[in-house]
Amino acid sequence: MTTTAPTGTRELSYLRAINEAIMLEMERDSSVFVAGIDLAARGDVFGTTAGILPKFGPERIIDTPISENAIAGLAIGAASRGLRPVVSLMFMDFIGVCFDQIMNQMAKMKYMFGGKVTLPLTVLVNAGAGSSMAAQHSQSLEALLCHIPGLKVVMPSSADDAKGLMTAAMRDNNPVFVVLHKRCARLTTLVPEGEYIVPLGKARVVREGRDATVIATAYMVHEAMRAAERLAERGIEIEVVDPRTLSPLDTDTLVASVQKTHRVLTVHEAVEFGGFGGEITAQIAAKAFDYLDAPPMRLGAPFSPVPYSPVLEREWLINADKIHDAVVSLVEG
Amino acid sequence: MVDQAEQLDSEQLLYMYRKMVTIREFEEAAGRLAEQARIPGAVHLYAGEEAVAVGVCAALDPTDAITSTHRGHGHCIAKGGDVKLMFAELLGKATGYNHGKGGSMHIADVDIGILGANGIVGGGPPIAIGAAFAAKYQKNGGVAVCFSGDGSTNEGTWHEAMNMAALMKLPAIFIVENNHWGEYTRQEAQGAIPQLSLRAASYGMPGITVDGQDVVAVNAAAREAIDRARRGEGPSLIECDTYRFYNHTGMSEGDARPREEREHWRARDPLTILRGVLEQRAILSGTGADRVVDDVRKEIEEAVRFAEASPEPDPADLLTDVYTV
Repeated sequence: MTTTAPTGTRELSYLRAINEAIMLEMERDSSVFVAGIDLAARGDVFGTTAGILPKFGPERIIDTPISENAIAGLAIGAASRGLRPVVSLMFMDFIGVCFDQIMNQMAKMKYMFGGKVTLPLTVLVNAGAGSSMAAQHSQSLEALLCHIPGLKVVMPSSADDAKGLMTAAMRDNNPVFVVLHKRCARLTTLVPEGEYIVPLGKARVVREGRDATVIATAYMVHEAMRAAERLAERGIEIEVVDPRTLSPLDTDTLVASVQKTHRVLTVHEAVEFGGFGGEITAQIAAKAFDYLDAPPMRLGAPFSPVPYSPVLEREWLINADKIHDAVVSLVEG
Repeated sequence: MVDQAEQLDSEQLLYMYRKMVTIREFEEAAGRLAEQARIPGAVHLYAGEEAVAVGVCAALDPTDAITSTHRGHGHCIAKGGDVKLMFAELLGKATGYNHGKGGSMHIADVDIGILGANGIVGGGPPIAIGAAFAAKYQKNGGVAVCFSGDGSTNEGTWHEAMNMAALMKLPAIFIVENNHWGEYTRQEAQGAIPQLSLRAASYGMPGITVDGQDVVAVNAAAREAIDRARRGEGPSLIECDTYRFYNHTGMSEGDARPREEREHWRARDPLTILRGVLEQRAILSGTGADRVVDDVRKEIEEAVRFAEASPEPDPADLLTDVYTV
């Protein structure tokens, strides 16, 4: 950033923004506690919770065993008794270890009980490939979570949204998954100081354009922005829209953009088949069919586990080049 | 057992007897309603195991929490649940505890600490430690009891919860209702050891096996474990040796369990055992005990009438309570 930061903002990384949101909520509300593997003494393997232990002490940030079921249950049980837990499951892949607690307990408890319980809890998970962590430490599994009624799923792409969405998640009275992307962690933006909320369920138009809408999530927003620069050189102006929250989905903003551009490409890092792009595409087809000048396109990873070799992983990952080429074919046919 | 019984006054013993009779009569009625297909879903009957739920819950405060199982009606009644709202839920009515959205396997009354029956074996233990954590965090002196069956002790969730509770010295009590059958397979064919209280040693917590048909023995063990938890000394495991009188689901007796085994346990009916104590201590005569049963039957009949007369849920409420808005 070469410009002077507006009053009340400063340059902050995505991870520091999450950290700041957690700390501000902990200061504000004594019912907030944080628990997970290596969160306290180590400050999280990703650094998300650095500095919380010295400030808030071991009663409010707890290092747990590597027991994802117990961590998830800790959050559910504590939330049902009036606390506001924030737990981390570290890598998003690890939701598989405790999926019963997520899918059958956390998500359904309120409905099954006829509404008589409130579970104000936040689950942090870290998604994304790109660092040769291979098939069990690289996945983007948001579609699994979005398919379950009772959960909310947010997926910030920028530091300011990370802070605002994390704050909103922690104040929400439902189980909210905050899906962080590893390759976004060190990216910075200007982030407002003090209380900052980005409401859940509101998409963001990251770049305005007239020729096609690219709906991208998490790190794919940045790849889409890179593609946008090259496309502009070719005379194609894309509108980049980041849903930010996948469940509930801000369909209105997505549809409005497509009504303007008449073409749409959905991009996510997760595998394309059965991915969340399918849902977005179906929503647009149902609500903006008459506005479409071309069939809606999707771009997601090939249908394989995430490979280890950097060569193979690069082949697997969606990037700006692939987005560029997809948009060209979408616009120029 | 007489020694332990003498620690309880007549009011406590009568309270427990009435609760146990209520569970028995509730289950008999629920079983009949299910056979007549007046209950739309499955029921897992607790008859035979009444002493466990009542012995434990009689030692709890209303503000303490419990998690329950698919065989959960007994826990709900013992913790103070309202049989009218329970029957209404079994019948899927709008007036039910869960407004007809949960049914038998999800009955809950969060206001009195019942964090729900649970359709998943081993679903409750992690949630129970969350409730125990909350009590410790809030420093309110509360405890959380995790009821689970012998089958759950072969689930990873149970072990994770046991370990974390012990590690964090959480005020949790793990009650294992060893009724010796997991669905249609013997416990011995599912678990590597038959005495499940031994598993407590793996987590450095006290573990004992008690006669789960003797409510006085269960209550004494529960009080000790609950006191220990309230003192901040951490969790305990109590294995209750018990038996279900009916099949895995419903009332049919055509199940995998040998007749002699079922007769053996029928002869150890927890209601009869407590009735013996009450008569021995001249707290209740035989006719007095019969009067309790008659009273409870009327209460159960009235509850069933309430449930049957209750309105069905409004289809317009299908999507309410998926989220807190």
